[in-house]
Amino acid sequence: MNIDSIKNGLVIDHITAGKSLQIYEMLKLDLLDCSVAVIKNASSRKMGKKDIIKIDSNINVDLDVLGYLSPNATVSTIENGVLVEKRHISPPERLVNVIKCKNPRCITQTEQEIKHVFLLTDREKPEYRCMYCDTAAEKTV
Amino acid sequence: MRNLINIMDLSAKEIDGLIETACDIMKFPEKYERACEHKILATLFYEPSTRTRLSFESAMLSLGGQVLGFSEANSSSAAKGESVSDTAAIVSGYCDIIAMRHPKEGAPLVAAQTASVPIINAGDGGHYHPTQTLTDLLTVKREKGTFDNLTIGVCGDLKFGRTVHSLIGAMSRYEGVRFVLISPEELKLPRFVKQQFIKDKGIPYEQSTQLEEVMDRLDVLYMTRVQRERFFNEEDYLRLRDSYILTPDKLKSAKEDMIIMHPLPRVNEISVEVDKDPRAAYFRQAHNGKYIRMALILKLLEEAKA
Repeated sequence: MNIDSIKNGLVIDHITAGKSLQIYEMLKLDLLDCSVAVIKNASSRKMGKKDIIKIDSNINVDLDVLGYLSPNATVSTIENGVLVEKRHISPPERLVNVIKCKNPRCITQTEQEIKHVFLLTDREKPEYRCMYCDTAAEKTV
Repeated sequence: MRNLINIMDLSAKEIDGLIETACDIMKFPEKYERACEHKILATLFYEPSTRTRLSFESAMLSLGGQVLGFSEANSSSAAKGESVSDTAAIVSGYCDIIAMRHPKEGAPLVAAQTASVPIINAGDGGHYHPTQTLTDLLTVKREKGTFDNLTIGVCGDLKFGRTVHSLIGAMSRYEGVRFVLISPEELKLPRFVKQQFIKDKGIPYEQSTQLEEVMDRLDVLYMTRVQRERFFNEEDYLRLRDSYILTPDKLKSAKEDMIIMHPLPRVNEISVEVDKDPRAAYFRQAHNGKYIRMALILKLLEEAKA
């Protein structure tokens, strides 16, 4: 499968296979005017299968969202056809308004204006828990 | 601003300090009777809890301070739809310290984000109840003389029993402690509580569904109530309510110096016949609550001044 190489833009690589559409949605890439390629199940020596997203514009992506959904992803910045930066993503310590607490007993269910904050409680898994009620976020994988 | 939302906000050293102050207050109450003169405690209770509220109010009055507040959401601005954060910000202007009880988990933490005075979590749903844990710790210390090398049995609702989670967390910081977890399958200690406070710290523990089987090795038996308000389903509540009822007969194999604790109120999980047993420490435990709350109010007001 051929996808044109990018001149100025971003390549989000090493996405956990199957996560690209969720990332596309949560990063609101559907609102962009430029070309966006979502590649699912590309073969990878390290991962077996992986997803890739190519964005034909140098936008700011929310690395917290990315780190939460696919903690091993990389973000490469391309300028004039040259790779100028490659960032390795890691799970963020704190997620603000990325996911919502589903515990019906949590104060976030009634206090409409407050931020939904999740804290990284286990880096290995990784596992996030609501800052207010300690309920674990639903698994992303 | 220093708040008390979770018992783990306090170090073991700070807890020792509070216990020391509480014991000093018991011995020399007159030394403290004007310690909070001209200070006001607001008790914001969005759900009824007679004992906790009265204990806080009695604590503040005994320190020479004054109290104001409400004891149910219907008689507060919450009934008009005011948010917890707004109420906390506004009430901060009327008092020096706030004790808040709320049915929603995390409400006191939300209040602490906008309040300009210290917030004490007086119970947030099935989540935390740190002043109950302080009361429990003071009781263990007074009754057993130490926190070290004790085998603590916790019995009943270990799933929703917030006092159990906090007690295990606080006790897990002391030397040589062992836990015995006694509950029906459906009300077992949540995995993450067990992982965080027991397994990760390498603390020995055992689990049982039979209280009689483990009774002989306990130094402390902490009974809990299966709480109707934590269930969405009445059928489940009724089925599990009578899982463990402590009777003099079941206590036959218990150690002579074991103590029986309960955060109260009890429904039927401890037979009234047990009350006469000198090992029954739960009424003494309830009285301790006032003194540890006095020590806590003093500490937080002192730190707010600094």
